[in-house]
Amino acid sequence: MRKSSRLPNLHNLGVNLRILIIVNAIIALTAIVLSNHFEDFYVVITTISSIAQPLLLLCLLVLYGSYSLLTKLRYWQGLLGIFTIVLLVCSGFYDLISHLLIYSNLPSRLRLLFFASIITAICLYYFYLHQHAYSPAVIEARLQALQARIRPHFLFNCINAVLSLIRTQPKQAETALEDMADLFRVLMADNRDLVPLGQEIALCRQYLALEKLRLDERLTVQWKIDDMPPDAMIPPLILQPLIENAVYHGIEPLEKGGTITIQIYTSRKEIHLVLSNPYNEASLRHIGNKMALKNIKERLTLHFDLEASLKSSQSNGEYRVQITLPYKEV
Amino acid sequence: MIKLLIADDEAPARKRLRDLLSDINEVTIVADAKNGQEALKLANENLPDIVLLDIRMPIMDGIETAQHLQKLAKPPAVIFTTAYDTYALQAFDLNAVDYLLKPIRFERLQTAIQKARALLPKQLEALVPLSPQRTHLSISERGRVLLIPVADVIYFRAELKYITVKTAEKEYLLEESLNHLEQEFGKIFIRLHRNCLVAQAYILGYEKRQLSHDAEGLLSSEKQWVALLKNIPDTVTVSRRQQHLIRSN
Repeated sequence: MRKSSRLPNLHNLGVNLRILIIVNAIIALTAIVLSNHFEDFYVVITTISSIAQPLLLLCLLVLYGSYSLLTKLRYWQGLLGIFTIVLLVCSGFYDLISHLLIYSNLPSRLRLLFFASIITAICLYYFYLHQHAYSPAVIEARLQALQARIRPHFLFNCINAVLSLIRTQPKQAETALEDMADLFRVLMADNRDLVPLGQEIALCRQYLALEKLRLDERLTVQWKIDDMPPDAMIPPLILQPLIENAVYHGIEPLEKGGTITIQIYTSRKEIHLVLSNPYNEASLRHIGNKMALKNIKERLTLHFDLEASLKSSQSNGEYRVQITLPYKEV
Repeated sequence: MIKLLIADDEAPARKRLRDLLSDINEVTIVADAKNGQEALKLANENLPDIVLLDIRMPIMDGIETAQHLQKLAKPPAVIFTTAYDTYALQAFDLNAVDYLLKPIRFERLQTAIQKARALLPKQLEALVPLSPQRTHLSISERGRVLLIPVADVIYFRAELKYITVKTAEKEYLLEESLNHLEQEFGKIFIRLHRNCLVAQAYILGYEKRQLSHDAEGLLSSEKQWVALLKNIPDTVTVSRRQQHLIRSN
C-alpha cells in the first residue's frame, strides 16, 4: 500500500459528507457563540453561511479534482497540498466576492484564511483519528473475527443426508461430498479480500444443491441474475449466509416449503442484491437471523463505509433483504 | 417385536433411520411422519412402543409432540433426534431425557432402543420451556389424542372445573387453567371477561345489547357490551372492567 493513501479518500461520499457535517457544526457553534437571541442566531448563521457554504463546496470540488494528484505525493506533502489548495481557493474566492461587492462588511482576507486553515486542520485531524480507529490492522482483525460461520445445524444435517445416500446412490453421495468440500474450503479460507460476484454465486449454487438434498421439493430457488455483472467485486460470503437464513427461517418451518428469490442487478454504478423468502410469522426463532444480518452489515461497512447498505423488511408473509454496494470491477 | 414410529421432516434423515433400523432384529417400523401433527395421527392409529422424534419440524416441533403423546392411553417411549440444538440438549442432559445426535451411530441407536422408556412427569415439565407456545391443544379421548389447532380456537370459557374450547365446528373440554392459557397465548387472545379468553382474529366487532341476565346469571336491566364473533352466532359479554379494551381496538 502506498504511503500517500493515508490521506482521507476525497472521492468517497462518506468522507465528503463528514466534512460537510463537521464544517456546518462549526458554523452553527460559531453562530450560537456570537448571538444573544434566537433572531440574532438566525441572522448570524445566514451571514456566515452565505460566504462559508459556497466556499466549502468550491473547496470540496477542487479537492475532488486534485485528489488523484495528491495521492501521488508523500503523506506530509499531501497534507501540505490540501492546505495550499484550500488557502488558494479561499484567496481566489475572496478576490471574486470583494470585486463583485455583493457583501457588505466582509472580514479581512487574513481572518478568512486563518479560519479556513483552522477548519481544514480540524477536519484532517478528525480523519487522522478516524483512520487510526479503523487502521488496516484493526480492520483486518475485525474482518477476521467477523468471518461468516456456517450453522452447525446445517453441517450435521448435511453429513446425515450424505450418509443416507451412500448405500443406495453412491454417485449422488460423491457429488454432495465434493460440494461440501468446496463450500468448506471457502468458509475456512482467509476471507478478507473482495472476490468476483460470479464466484460467490457459484458457491451459493453448491450450497443450495446440498440444501436441496435435505429438503427436496420443499426448496425452490428462483434466480433473476441476467443483468448481473459477474466481474463485480464484493466481500466474500455476503450472499451465502443470507440464503442460509432464508432456508433456516423461511423454508424449513413450512410444511410445503416455498421459493427463495434471488435478484441481482446494477443501476447507476451500484449493485443491488435482493433476496426474498416466505416467512411464517408464528415462527419464534429470530435471534440467529439478526446476528447474521449484523455481521454482514458490519463487514459491508468495513469494506465500503457509507457507500453500502443493507435493509430488511417483512410484509404479507414475505421477508426481504436488500444489499446495495458500489460497483467495483477487478 | 418393538413397534417404532419415525418423525422427521427430511426424507434423507428418515431413510437413514430406516437403513439403520433394518439391521436391528427385534424392531419393526410401523410408520413414518413428516411433522409432529402427522406423528400424532399415526401414533393414534399404530400405537407404537417407541417414537423417534426430530426436534425441528414444521407445523409442530418434536418437543410439543412429545407432550401431546403423553395423553395416549399407553404413552410411547420418546427418543429425540437432532443435529444441533444447544438449549434442548442442555435440558435433556439435565433431566436424563433420551436423545440421539445426527448423524446417528448404529450402536447408539441400539442402546437407546433397549433402554427406552416413557417420559416421567418431571421430565415432561422440563420440556415445557423449550416450546414456549404450543401450536395445538390436546385432549385425551378414548385413549387417543385429539389435536385442536390453536389457530382454530375462537374462545376459551372457564366453567366450573373445565375450560370449554370453542371452535367453529365443535366444543371441547380442556383440563387446564384459564390464567395459564392467558400467559401462554396472551399475544393472540384477549381477556374480555373474567371467565373468557377470546381470539383477537375472530372478533368482528362490539355491540351494546340489552341482556336479560349478565354472565353471573343475575338479573340486570343495564345494557352491556358484547363481542360479535366470526363463524359462530355466540357472543361474549365484555365485563365492565375490560371495557377499555374495546376503545383501544
